[in-house]
Formats: sequence, C-alpha cells, structure tokens
Amino acid sequence: MKSYLPLIFGMAVVTYLPRLIPLVYLTKKKPGPRLKRFLELIPYTSLSILIVRGIITSSQDMIGPAIVGISLAGISAYFKANLVVSVLIGIVASFLMINMK
Amino acid sequence: MYKKIKQGFIAVLPIVIGYFPIAIGFGLLSKNTGISFKGTSLHSIMVFAGASQFMSLDLIKAGVGTGGIILATFLLNLRHIMMSASLSVNFKNIERKYLPLIAFGITDETFSVASFNKDKINLPFILTVNILAYTSWVSGTIVGFLVGETLPKALQSSLDIGLYAMFAALLFPEFNKHLRTFIIALLAAIIYMGLYYSELFSPGWDIIIGIVLSAVLGTFVFKNKDTKEEKL
Repeated sequence: MKSYLPLIFGMAVVTYLPRLIPLVYLTKKKPGPRLKRFLELIPYTSLSILIVRGIITSSQDMIGPAIVGISLAGISAYFKANLVVSVLIGIVASFLMINMK
Repeated sequence: MYKKIKQGFIAVLPIVIGYFPIAIGFGLLSKNTGISFKGTSLHSIMVFAGASQFMSLDLIKAGVGTGGIILATFLLNLRHIMMSASLSVNFKNIERKYLPLIAFGITDETFSVASFNKDKINLPFILTVNILAYTSWVSGTIVGFLVGETLPKALQSSLDIGLYAMFAALLFPEFNKHLRTFIIALLAAIIYMGLYYSELFSPGWDIIIGIVLSAVLGTFVFKNKDTKEEKL
C-alpha cells in the first residue's frame, strides 16, 4: 500500500495557511466599505460555486441524483427545515433516485 | 461563558449531525481508493476540509501526483483566505494568541455558521463550534473506514452528495433575507460554469477566479445600496 503521508502533510499545510494568515493580519485593520462589501459577498459566491462544481464534476449516472438531492436539501432549508433535516432529505432523495434506475 | 458555549452548541449541532454521514462517505471512499486506516484518519485529523479531501480522492484515482494534488488543494483552499478575511472583522474582540487555534477550524460550514451568527461571536462560542464540528468529522471518517462497506451501494453514493446538500442547505435560506444574495449566487454559478466549460484555467484556479470575479461584480451591482442596512 502506497504511503500517502507526504500528500496529507502537504495538504494540511496548504489548507491551514490560507485559514490562518488573513485572520492574524486582518484583525488589526478595519477594511474600507468597498472591501467590506466584497468580503460579505464571499460566502454566497463560494458556496454557490462549490455546489455547481459538485454537480458538474459528478459521474454521468450521478448527475441526476446529485441535482435532485442538492436542490431538495436547499429548498427544504429555504422553507425553514433545519440543516440536519435538509441534508438528510437531500441524501434520502438521491438514494431513492439511484435505486429507481 | 456558559451561555456562549450553549449558543455555540445550538448553532453547530446541525453541522455536527450533518458532518457525520458525509465523513462516513469520505472514510469509505478513502478506503476504496486504497488509503490505509492510518492515512484516512490522519487526512481528516490534519486537513479537516471536506471539499479538499473529496477532491484529493478524485485526483488520486485520476492518477495525479502528490505535487499536483497539493497545488490543487491550495487553489481550492484559497477561498478560505476570503472567508478568514471576512470573519477577521468579527474577531477583533478575541485575544490574538487564540487565532491560530480558531483558524484551524474554519471550514465552509463553520464559516457559514459564524458569519450568519456574527452578533454571537466570542472565544467560547467559536471554539465550541470548531471543536464539535471537528470531532464529528474525525469520528465519522473512522466509522466510515471501519464499517462503511456494510452499507448498501446506493446509500454509499448518496452519502457523497451529502457534502453538497449541506452547502445548499446553508446557502438557500439566505435567499429569504435579501433578493441580492440570490442574484449574487446565481451570478457566481453562471460565471463558474463559463470558466469550467471554457477550460481556460486549470481545476482549482477556475474556482478562485469565479469566487473573486463574481464577488467583485457584486460590489459594483449593489454599489448604491446603503451598507449599514445591508447586514448580510
């Protein structure tokens, strides 16, 4: 079995530094209004892009279940279902859809 | 302090329960990719980043080398620079010596919970959120490696969708608060698809450029709005 330790260690470093550096350096300064607005939009743009990436990079036969599961999870949460229930609805919906084939 | 821990517990509970099946999915997929028990556990213990960990398994299967995967992980994680920067504004009241500890626990989910609960942030709150989310992720990974194979195949596949279901469940309720959050998310989705299918940039870079470009466009589109009422 190949050792993945160098990979995991490298991934740990490149994951930790982007989390750490802005926190240490930016907590000192106050950003201007334009930068602040930009930073406030980041959660929406990044979550949206990660979702789209999850769908378009899934394998051919998983695209349908992925779209249905992800959409149902989002829609349930939109209508005030809590996060857990929404995620479970998404997982169950895609599970059912995979089984229907 | 007890009150803050309790608030943190309530805020993170959905993530704790949501992470668990997703981590099971990761542990199992990692085993099937040929990674040892030690490697799989260490992956979740040291990296603690769902999207990156799943992506690295994809890339290992695709035959990408160690350097390439680390680079792709770095690019995918550059979005955390923006997230950390975005949160740093709310961490001013926290002693600086704790920042390295807090930084380790910033994931897409803990970030979303923290940024949607900005008024509650202090040290006990954020540590409660991070530690519980981390515990769930690591223990789920171990359970997935050890017993994941006993689950039905279709359920194994649907667990992999869980991560994205969670992203959607974090994002969609925000559309209720402001129409502009929907517009900006839609804009980001369209821009990313354009970048992805044009293949102008390597995987990883398209994510970073998409996130930054759509947020920059957003600051122009919503330029005339009063920033004070715009509490996202």
